[in-house]
Amino acid sequence: MLVINCPVCGIEGEEGDFHYGGQAHIRRPATTDPDNISDAEQRDYLFIRHNPMGLHFERWRCDRGCGKWFHAARDTMSMEFKAYYPITELPRLEVMKAAAGPWTGFFKDKIAALEVKPGGRRKR
Amino acid sequence: MKRYSVFSLARNAVNYHKDWGRAWRSPEPKPAYDAVIVGAGGHGLATAYYLAKEHKLTNIAVIEKGWLGGGNTGRNTTIIRSNYLQDASIAIYELARSLYEDLSQELNYNVMFSPRGLLMLCQTEHELRAMKRTSHANRLAGLDCRMISPAEVKQLVPIINDDPGARYPILGAYYQPRGGTARHDAVAWGYARGADSMGVDIIQNCEVTGIRRDGGKVSGIETSKGFIATPKIGVVVAGHTSLIMQMAGVNMPIESVCLQALVSEPIKPVIDVVVMANTVHGYMSQSDKGELVIGGGADPYNNYSQRGSFLALEHTITALVETFPIISRLRMLRQWGGIVDMTGDRSPIISKTDLEGLYVNCGWGTGGFKTIPGSGFVFADTMANDRPHPIAEPFGLNRFIEGRLIDESVAAAVAH
Repeated sequence: MLVINCPVCGIEGEEGDFHYGGQAHIRRPATTDPDNISDAEQRDYLFIRHNPMGLHFERWRCDRGCGKWFHAARDTMSMEFKAYYPITELPRLEVMKAAAGPWTGFFKDKIAALEVKPGGRRKR
Repeated sequence: MKRYSVFSLARNAVNYHKDWGRAWRSPEPKPAYDAVIVGAGGHGLATAYYLAKEHKLTNIAVIEKGWLGGGNTGRNTTIIRSNYLQDASIAIYELARSLYEDLSQELNYNVMFSPRGLLMLCQTEHELRAMKRTSHANRLAGLDCRMISPAEVKQLVPIINDDPGARYPILGAYYQPRGGTARHDAVAWGYARGADSMGVDIIQNCEVTGIRRDGGKVSGIETSKGFIATPKIGVVVAGHTSLIMQMAGVNMPIESVCLQALVSEPIKPVIDVVVMANTVHGYMSQSDKGELVIGGGADPYNNYSQRGSFLALEHTITALVETFPIISRLRMLRQWGGIVDMTGDRSPIISKTDLEGLYVNCGWGTGGFKTIPGSGFVFADTMANDRPHPIAEPFGLNRFIEGRLIDESVAAAVAH
C-alpha cells in the first residue's frame, strides 16, 4: 500500500485516497504548433510512454482531499516516493539529476538552466 | 526426445522412476543463430516451437533472464476463452483456443486442458446489453456461445448468490461452453520440450544487455553469457518489453503494471466452471487440487516489482465474497503478482519494427495465457517470412500511428 503526500493541501493518505494519472510532463503538440504535427508526434503524445524500471515521474490526483492534480517522482521497483511537486513545477535538482533512461533527455536542458556557472552566477 | 506414453510410464514404474530423462537440455549459447527469441515464457517458447516445426528453422535459441515459464506464464489464473468483441481479436483468440483443444496430443505432454465452460456474469443492465452484443458478434464469427438466464446460471454454479435484491444481482450470463482452463506450467514445459527436441537451444539465466545494430538492421544480441550474432530477434518479454526495445532505440506504447492473483486452501469440488464477474472485478475457478484460483483487477500505477497492493486484493475478495458467500471463511494460501504490459487499446502488438530483423510480440496485458499457442503460431510465421501473418496483421505497431485501434478495453475480462 502506497502512502502518498499531497503537495497542494498537505494531507497524507493511502493510495486509495488518490487517483493515478500516468506519465507526467507530456506536452500536447497541437497546443504549441497545431499546423505542423506529424502523425508520429501525435502517436507519441497519445500512446508512447517511457515506462522506466526505476525512477519515474508521474501525475496523481488528490481525490479525497483538495481534488488537485500534482506531480510525483516515484521508483517503480522500490515504490519509494522521491519527490512531490505542484503540477506547473519541476522536481528538485538532485531528483532531476537522478533521472535515467528515457527521462534523461527531458531533464537535460532543465538541469543545465539551473546549474551554477563557473563564475558563480546562474545561467540566464 | 523419449515419447511419454502409458508404456513408458509402466516401464519407468517397474524401475522406480529412476530412468526418466531430462525434458530439455541446458546448452551454452553458440556464437551465432538464425534467430533468437528473447523470453522463455509461454509465448516465446511457442514461437520457437512453431519456428522449428512449421518453418524448419531449428538453428535458433530462446534466451531467458530467469528460468523458463517463471514470469507471467507461471503467475496467471490459467483461464482460456475467446469471447472478444472485435473481429481481429476473435480471430487470434479463437485460433489459440482451438489449438489448445489438442495441444496435449500435439506436444505429447499433458497440458490438462479443461474446457469446463466459462461464464461472464451480467450484473447491471448495461453489462447485460454489452454482453448480448459480444455474444451476437461471437456467434456471427462462428464461436460456440450463448446468453443464459439467471436460473441457468444458478444451475451451473450452485454456490452463486442469486438474491435478486443484491447490490449487483445476477441478470444473466454470457456462456462459452468450450472455454476453461489448462495447467499453465505444463504449457511452457510442453513447448520447451517440443522445441528442444527439434534442436532449439533454450538458454536460461542469460540476461539481454544490449541489441547490436548494423545500419538499419540487427546484427546480434549482447547477453550476460556473451555476444550472440543473429539476423533476427523476436522480443517476447511482456512487462519488460519497453526496456528491451529501448536497447534497440524503439519506444513502445506500453505501460507495465502489476496484476495479482491468489489461491485458497484446497476444498472439495464446489465449482466446475470458470466464473468472471466483471462489474465487481473478480473471477474464480477451482483447480484440480481443490484450491480456488482467484484474480481481479490490476493495480493502477506503473510497477516492475512483482508485488501488488492490498487495495486491489481487498477489492477482489470483497466482490467475490458478495458473489459466492460460501468462500467468506476460506483461508488464502498464496498470493503473488506479475508485471503485465498494457497497451492503450488493450489489444496485443505482434509486429515488425522499423529496424530490420527486430520483431516484437507483446501487449497481451492481463490476458496472455489464453493466447500462447495462437500467438506463437502467428509470430513464428511473421518472423520466418518477414511479413505479418494475416491474423497478426491488424495488431501491428502501425495501428497507433494510423489511429486504427482494436478497442477491447470494454470487452476484456475486467474493466481496466
